Parts: sequence; structure tokens; C-alpha cells
Amino acid sequence: MLSLNELWFVLIAVLFVGFFFLEGFDFGVGMETQILAKNDTERRVLINSIGPFWDANEVWLITGAGAMFAAFPHWYATLFSGFYIPFVFALLALIARGVAFEFRGKRDSLAWQKTWDVCIFLGSFLPPFLLAVVFASFIKGLPIDGDMQMYAGFFDIVNVYTVVAGITVVLLCLVHGLMFTTLRTVGDLQERARKMAQKLLFPLAALLLAFVVMTYYMTDVFEQRGALLLVIVILGIAAYVLSGYFMSKKRDGLAFGMTGAVMALSVVSIFVGLFPRVMISSLDQAFNLTITNAASGHYSLKVMTIVALSLLPFVLGYQIWSYFVFHKRVHEKEHLEY
Amino acid sequence: MDTVMLSRIQFASTTIFHYFFVPVSIGLALLIAIMETMYVRKGNDEYKRMAQFWGKLFLINFAVGVVTGILQEFQFGMNWSDYSRFVGDVFGAPLAIEALLAFFLESTFIGIWIFGWDKVSKRVHLLSIWLVALGTMLSAFWILLANSFMQHPVGFAVNNGRAEMNDIWALVTNGQLLVEFPHTVLAAYATGAFLVTGISAYKLLKKQDVSFFRKSFEIAAIVGIISSFGVAIAGHAQAQYLVETQPMKMAASEGLWDDSGDPAGWTVIAKIDPDNKISTHEVKIPYMLSFLSYSKFSGSVKGMNTLQAEYEQAYGPGDYIPPVRTTFWSFRIMVAAGSLMIVLGVYAIYLMWRKKMERPNTWFMRFMFWGLLLPPIANTSGWIMTEMGRQPWTVFGLMTTEDSVSPNITSGQVLFSVISFTAIYAILGLVLVGLFIKVIKKGPYAMDNDHGESHDPYNKEGSHAFS
Repeated sequence: MLSLNELWFVLIAVLFVGFFFLEGFDFGVGMETQILAKNDTERRVLINSIGPFWDANEVWLITGAGAMFAAFPHWYATLFSGFYIPFVFALLALIARGVAFEFRGKRDSLAWQKTWDVCIFLGSFLPPFLLAVVFASFIKGLPIDGDMQMYAGFFDIVNVYTVVAGITVVLLCLVHGLMFTTLRTVGDLQERARKMAQKLLFPLAALLLAFVVMTYYMTDVFEQRGALLLVIVILGIAAYVLSGYFMSKKRDGLAFGMTGAVMALSVVSIFVGLFPRVMISSLDQAFNLTITNAASGHYSLKVMTIVALSLLPFVLGYQIWSYFVFHKRVHEKEHLEY
Repeated sequence: MDTVMLSRIQFASTTIFHYFFVPVSIGLALLIAIMETMYVRKGNDEYKRMAQFWGKLFLINFAVGVVTGILQEFQFGMNWSDYSRFVGDVFGAPLAIEALLAFFLESTFIGIWIFGWDKVSKRVHLLSIWLVALGTMLSAFWILLANSFMQHPVGFAVNNGRAEMNDIWALVTNGQLLVEFPHTVLAAYATGAFLVTGISAYKLLKKQDVSFFRKSFEIAAIVGIISSFGVAIAGHAQAQYLVETQPMKMAASEGLWDDSGDPAGWTVIAKIDPDNKISTHEVKIPYMLSFLSYSKFSGSVKGMNTLQAEYEQAYGPGDYIPPVRTTFWSFRIMVAAGSLMIVLGVYAIYLMWRKKMERPNTWFMRFMFWGLLLPPIANTSGWIMTEMGRQPWTVFGLMTTEDSVSPNITSGQVLFSVISFTAIYAILGLVLVGLFIKVIKKGPYAMDNDHGESHDPYNKEGSHAFS
């Protein structure tokens, strides 16, 4: 049986997997507005295809951070104060992106739309990049002292390893988003999305592989959880190959599931590598934050568990239902809200 | 400046800005839900238009409220990490529950409401906006629960060098919450209502879409007057609770240095000199402070000097007097704005009652238009009083603001974030006001043309794409 601390570690992992799986594709679609779309109508089709979902997808991140705060306050405190500047940029990007969807169509001015389009692009590109950098440096280790305070310099956060992780996740979001586009659009746009996803498969595979190799040499996670991580890597490769196969067969739903699976497995591997630590100190093993020393008291965890387990079925239920409501493809000839 | 001061500036400015939009969202969601209910029950398309027109403003406002809310959640950890460590056990739970219970509900059903007009049945569509309204209210409940803990900590014990929760029920039934929640939520309903009456008054003055805006005005005026009275009643309860639990805040908001006489008079205005600890030029209403504090016309109220001595006994040496002028004046501004809202609301209802809304006074409608500024003024000054009046504490009696800040951030970093957030918020504020004016000018019957056919590039360049 899982202890409550373990359960909350798993729940937070689930929330971040959910976040990257779901917001991953709408980040990708956000990037497509500059890369794939040829004109304003296509841009609007793309934005409308994620219109009903992106806000709820982002709540997965907010809930993940909230759960961290409630269950592992030290993790939350060390993380957010330690990565102060990256989070300032991520927040600025998310703020700009969130209003851009609502604002861009409200005036008939080209300069106006272009400005918000830039916000949508940067807002879809920077957050996954920065979050991936943060997550990668989690397992690489960070200068955390005996008081659980993290004093990180620029190169502790930005280095080859974390930047590769950042680019990989951005590209993964893009491919995942492209597959979502094949599911929600028709005609030429859909075709082009699929073709672009196929083109990106090789560079992305190289990046993913580079990241795995670097993780092997630069972190201790394979020493700690080698067997389990090997299984995840093999599953990841299988999902990746299958996504390529399904793309070529135009089985877009299955391909989307597979790119999502690659994303999910990548996030899972980070959490598996961490466990039972939540943040690794590069100064001294003894300074690691773990699911024990970073956690809330037993009573808090118990209350939170009861609340979470009674609410989750409803939350999942109506979110799935909302995807069902909007399962039809977005067509340029219908009313476009944005 | 040090990181404490800069972090306080950042928290205050981003929170005040965020809180321009939250009450509008809560209030408008309720009004739109009422309008759509009337549409579903009566089948009159005008009510549907109302839901859609006010919905347009709601969505612009909601977007800004949501994005500025994300920062709120993160900056506890970013700027106030020692606070987060000390109270995370208690304080984190309501935030997590807020996200799980309220944010998911709001964000999912707002999506269904925006995009679902012809995809779900009328009733399901109506249910979505009510769920959004419920979500905004639940969100207010849980965040105010967290805030109430900071005002009046309950349901915890200090173990392992931090506050640990030991009674969630005590947190949910915190006396502070039971007075703060109704006061705040009713104020939010009033905010939405006065926004709608204000804009409607403007349109009625211009004689545009008269029937549409008269109906909007009437619905909102009813909500507005009920909630304004409610705010006052709840505020009275809150003041009494304040005397019991945070007497220093009460004394500061009265500029009361020495213990008052019995019965105590309420100071309308005064010249406050915090350096010499004296208030002069006071204008007082007899008996009023006793009534405010105890609901009876007798009883004296403790002054700041007495309380300072008591606090030093309890918490050790230190300055426990909050910024008195700010607390004093923000309280008075709040009360004045609230009273004006009641006056305007009563007169509006009188006009409706006497069926004089057909041709209302021009000057009155002008007042109603400018009246849309009253709730934000009252909300902001109310929060300034509440939060400034709690200083030097972050959690009353437990943890000071000085001790709450992140030890590992530099003033340069915080200065950078203060400047960037202020800049992006200033832009957002301007854009929002601009878009509001644009939507209002266009009116309810021109809304569908935002992406008018003639402006659609699809017609010019894109036809090949879908052939």
C-alpha cells in the first residue's frame, strides 16, 4: 500500500503528466499559428480548434503547483524561489498568451493581430521550454543548501543538458500539436499538419535519444532506477515508432495517442528518476529534499487525499465530456469564435 | 530597496490589479446567468442578446482575471518562500482545493458556454453559465479561507517549527471567514451590477437600444441594491469581529491612540500624526463607534497605545502599529463609496417602482454611469485596509512580513519582476479599457461582425487552401 507521501508524489506526477499531455498539444497548436498557418483564416481555425480546451488544460499546471504547495511545501518554496527569473519569464509568456486568444480578434487591424500573434507564439514556445529546463535540472541536481535554500547561478539552470531538454520538449509539443490539428481540421491544413509532423520525426528522435544518453552519463537516475527507466525508454521508443507508423497510415487518432504517450513517458521518467527525492542537491546528498522531509504533516495529507479522491472523478468526467461536445472538426466556413 | 519592500510592492500591485477583475467576473457571471435563465424561461431573444453582449465584456474581463491569477499562485513560492514553508501545511490546502474544485469547473464550462451555443441544448448551455458562476464563488470561498487564516489563524498547532493543520473544520468555520466571505462576495455582485447599470445608463443617455439597456439596467439595479445592502450588513458583522480578533486594526482604522470614552464616537475625519501618536481636528458622530463595534450604544474601544503595550507583552518588543493614515483613510473611502452605492441603488429602484424609467433624469443617469467606479474604489480600499491593517504580521500573531520573504532572491531579481509585471499589467489594463469601450460603442446588435466577411483574408488569398 502506498503511504500518503508516496500517493501525493504520484498525484503530482499525474497532474504534470496531464498538463504536458493536454497543454502540450495546445502549446504545439499555438506554435503552428506561425509555422503552419498560411493566412489569417488558418490561424483562426487553429486557435478555434483549441479554443474550448486550452484554459482548462492550463489549470492542470495550476493544480499541480497547488498540490505541490499543499503536500510538499518545501518543494514548492525551494522550487519557485530558486527558479525566480525563469518563472518570471514563463509567467509573462503565459499572461500574454492567455489574453492574446481573447484579444486578437477584437479589432480589425493588421498590426493589432500581428502583435497578439507574436504573443501567442512566444507564449506557446517559452513555457514548455522553460518548464522542461526546470524539470531537467531537477534530476541533474541543483545547489541546495542545508536550509533547503537554492542559490542557483545562470549555468546551474542553463546548460547543455537542460537546453537539450527544453528544445526536445518544445519540438515534442509541436509534433503532438500537429497531430491534434489533424484531428480537428480538414483538407489542406490537415494534410500539411500531418506532413510536417512526419518531417519532424527524425530530428525529434535524435534529440530524444541525445537526452536519454546525456541523462545516463550526467545524472544518477539510471544508477537509482535503471531497470524501471529502461522499461520506460523501451516503451517510449515503441510509442514513437508507432506514432510514425500511424501517421503514415493516416490513422491520426492513434498517432495523436502515441505522441501523447511519448510526452507522458518523458514526464514519468523524470518523476521516476527523482523518487523518493523531490529535489536533488548537487552540494550534498544529505541536503536532498525528499517526499518525507519536504512534506506536509499527516493530517494535512489525509484531508487533501479525501478531498482529491472525491473530486477527481467529477473533474475528469466533465473534462472528458467537454472533449466529446467539441469532437467535430473546426471548419473555416462555420462561425469562428476567435 | 530591500527584497521585503520590493516583494511587498509587487504583491500589493499585482493583487490590487488582479482584484479589479475578479469581482467583475463573479458579478457578471451571476447577472449573465440570470439573463440567460430569463431567456430560457421566456424564450425572448432579447435576453439571449443580453447574455451574449454582457458575456462579451465578461470574457474580456475573465481573460485578464485568469492570467493575472496564475501569478498570484506562483508568487507565494517565488517571493515569500519562508512564508510558504512555515504555513504551507495549512495554507497550501485551500489553494489546491480552489484549483481542483473551482478553476477546473470555471475553465471547462466557460469553454462550453463560449463555443457551445449551437452544440449543446439550451438547458445544458444555461447550466454551464450557472456552473461558471458557482465556480467563481467557490474560488472566492477557498481563497478567502486562506486569507482568513492569515487574519485569524485557527485549526493548527506549531510543530517542527511550522504551523501544521490539525482541524480542517475549524478553518472552514473560521469566524473571520464567515464574515469576510459574504462581505466580499456580495461586494463582487455589486461590482458586476454597477458595471451593468453604469454602461446601460450611458447607453440610455445616448438613447441607443433603449429597450435592451433598460431591461439590463433593471435586472442589474435589483441585484445591485440587494447586494449593496448585504455588503453593509456583512461589513457591520465584520467590524465587530475585528474588534474581538484584531483590535489593533480597528484602532488604527479609527486613528484611535488612547482608549475611547464610553460610549465611543465614530471619527468621520481627522488629522493623524503617527510620529507624535496623536489625532487632531477630529469630527465625530456620537455613539457610532460603540454601535459599529458592539451593536449597542455603549462600550469603549481600546486604543493603539494600550494595544501596543499588550502586544509587546504577548509577542516581545517591536512596533505593532500598522500604517495608521492608510488604514484610517482607506476605511473611510470604502464606507463612503459603499454608502453612495446604496443611495444610487435606492433611487434607481424608486424610479423603477414609480415606472419613471421611461424618462429618467439625465443627471441621475450620469451619476449611475460614474457609479460604476464606486465598487472598484470600495473593493480596493477595503482590501488595503484589511491587509495594511494587519502589518507587521503576515499571519496574525504568528509570522511577520519581514520573516516571510524568500532569503535566496536578490533585490535586483525582484526589481526586474516588479518592472516587468507592472509594464505588462499596464498594457493589459489599457487594452482592456479600450476593448470595453469598443464593444460598448458597437452595442449589442453589431457584435457578430468582429470578423466581418469583407475583412476575411480567406476571401482574398486563402481560397485555394480548402479546394
